[in-house]
Amino acid sequence: MKKNKKNQSLKLNRRELLVGSASLGAMAAASNSVFAKEVSSKNLPPNVPEWTGELGDGVDVNPYGMPSQFEENVIRRNVEWLTASSQSSVNFTPIQDLEGIVTPNGLCFERHHGGVSIINPKDYRLMINGLVDREMIFTLDDLKRFPQTNKFYFLECAANGGMEWKGSQLNGCQYTFGMVHNVQYTGVKLSDLIQETGLKPKAKWVLAEGSDSSGMTRSIPIEKLLDDCMIAWAMNGEALRSEQGYPARLVVPGWEGNMWVKWLRRLEFGDMPYMTREETSKYTDLLPEGNARMFTWVMDAKSVVTSPSPEKPILNKGVHQLRGLAWSGRGKISRVDVSLDGGKNWKTAKLHDPVLSKSVARFTFPFEWNGEELLIQSRAIDETNYIQPTIQELQKIRGVNSIYHNNSIATWLVNSDGKVDNVRLG
Amino acid sequence: MFDLVKHSILFSFFIFLSSFVNADDRKFNLGKIATKTEIAGWNIDVRPDGMGAPKGSGDAIKGEEVYAEQCAACHGDFGEGVDRWPELVGGEGSLDTHDPVKTTGSYWPYASTMYDYIYRAMPFGVAQSLTHDETYQIVAYLLYMNEIIEEDFVLSEKNIGKIKMPNQKGFLLPDPRPDIANTDGKPCMENCKVPTKIIGKARDIDVTPEEEKS
Repeated sequence: MKKNKKNQSLKLNRRELLVGSASLGAMAAASNSVFAKEVSSKNLPPNVPEWTGELGDGVDVNPYGMPSQFEENVIRRNVEWLTASSQSSVNFTPIQDLEGIVTPNGLCFERHHGGVSIINPKDYRLMINGLVDREMIFTLDDLKRFPQTNKFYFLECAANGGMEWKGSQLNGCQYTFGMVHNVQYTGVKLSDLIQETGLKPKAKWVLAEGSDSSGMTRSIPIEKLLDDCMIAWAMNGEALRSEQGYPARLVVPGWEGNMWVKWLRRLEFGDMPYMTREETSKYTDLLPEGNARMFTWVMDAKSVVTSPSPEKPILNKGVHQLRGLAWSGRGKISRVDVSLDGGKNWKTAKLHDPVLSKSVARFTFPFEWNGEELLIQSRAIDETNYIQPTIQELQKIRGVNSIYHNNSIATWLVNSDGKVDNVRLG
Repeated sequence: MFDLVKHSILFSFFIFLSSFVNADDRKFNLGKIATKTEIAGWNIDVRPDGMGAPKGSGDAIKGEEVYAEQCAACHGDFGEGVDRWPELVGGEGSLDTHDPVKTTGSYWPYASTMYDYIYRAMPFGVAQSLTHDETYQIVAYLLYMNEIIEEDFVLSEKNIGKIKMPNQKGFLLPDPRPDIANTDGKPCMENCKVPTKIIGKARDIDVTPEEEKS
């Protein structure tokens, strides 16, 4: 009898176990429903949420932390039809999902011309040759022993918004403004590094060369190089990501992203520009007359409303915080204005600290929405008093075939159902 | 007394600094001197005046073969471009039209850039695998296809800096920006006269990638 009882209880336990695992399955399903961003009322007051009744992961589960699984939609995205191959292509920062001014390293947009090079830092060498007193080679460790500098800078591709010259083409904040990121760089200033090689008086230009499969090269005037350029090995406190040029890249504050050569292997000093493929056949701005501007390096003042935006519809009537980013390659942002009626009337938005030179700045603007159509715009002004232009102002001078340097004001139409469209006004 | 101590500290700091400055004026004494061989392996750039062009030569006749083998898969037999890979030939007279075609012939200002780029970055995915002669041959073939040189013209390090490209004068310097009228920091704030009619929607163009939208 006793034995039987024992067996019964064992069976019971097994059954309990089975029931238990079934309820585990149900819990997993519940998690999945939350994963799908649906509200599960059993987790809401007055109930005890399911995660309270169990232990979470220990400290040994995630040696390098990742974003919450519920943020899986916050990712870089690309537009497949834009380019012939993914190795010579671009993806976009999901700026509509970000706050503050720091772009997380894993979300910084990528632009490669020959894919991501993977470089063992022990094999890294920086060569400096040409019109210098001493032609030299530095290891990564050498670079880290120079005086260090830490600076926030935005990096924007000259072609950010390039698809929008002729009209509104891509229905997303990410696709139209996402070729920008903003991180804190750690590195050595070129003005310090160059003290080691010396410079010949005739040196007026430097060729920066990458060691990737495209051998990326750009010419930079020496005044800029010695003013504020740096060679960075870290971003946001950790080593550069491979896709951002690990182990070392050039930082050219306020100037077009193409010049920030990644996987930097060589600096050659010379007395004239090198006229590389990137600065002649690309990154030159075609005008209506058929000629083109060359060496258009500075990124002019620009701003974007990140929310509401095509990816961030308005879900409720009532009060909302409009959010956005502004930046200028000529210095600090001094003001951002916001319009809700397509540019007829403007109000000044709140700029949040810190507002740094050649870094993105965060702005917000409270507004109330009661189901009416809105035409949302933002307009940046920088410390040189430059005012972000309309597309018509740019088109009047540059036509529609420039591709690069479209820093015009965009318009988001908020429909009566709260959905948001990228539209062109005319 | 305090001043004396301060001065002696400053003085010894100065001595400390100058111990790094001696020898060959190097402030930090970091890095190493590059050898000629090391530099030669990496110094591959070619300038418009021909500086840096390596010894070698080639004409369009040989170039046609090399091009067919190394380039045509992406750029087409006649430089017309396959899929979204760039066109290399033609496009003259198109730069001021609605659909400009920017090729080596219609747009590129210097033949040196063609050499530099082809040698450093092409064939796509097999960078820096061509010989110098092969590179001259490919450049000669492209120049010939664009009717810039004759078929039997021998391109070499001696003349690549002298080739006149059709669009060499097509570029404007210096950068004229800011090129817009409003640079006084005082934009219109109320009842501004701006166009507010919607003349286009990205949604209607329908080229935005379809996937999960947040």
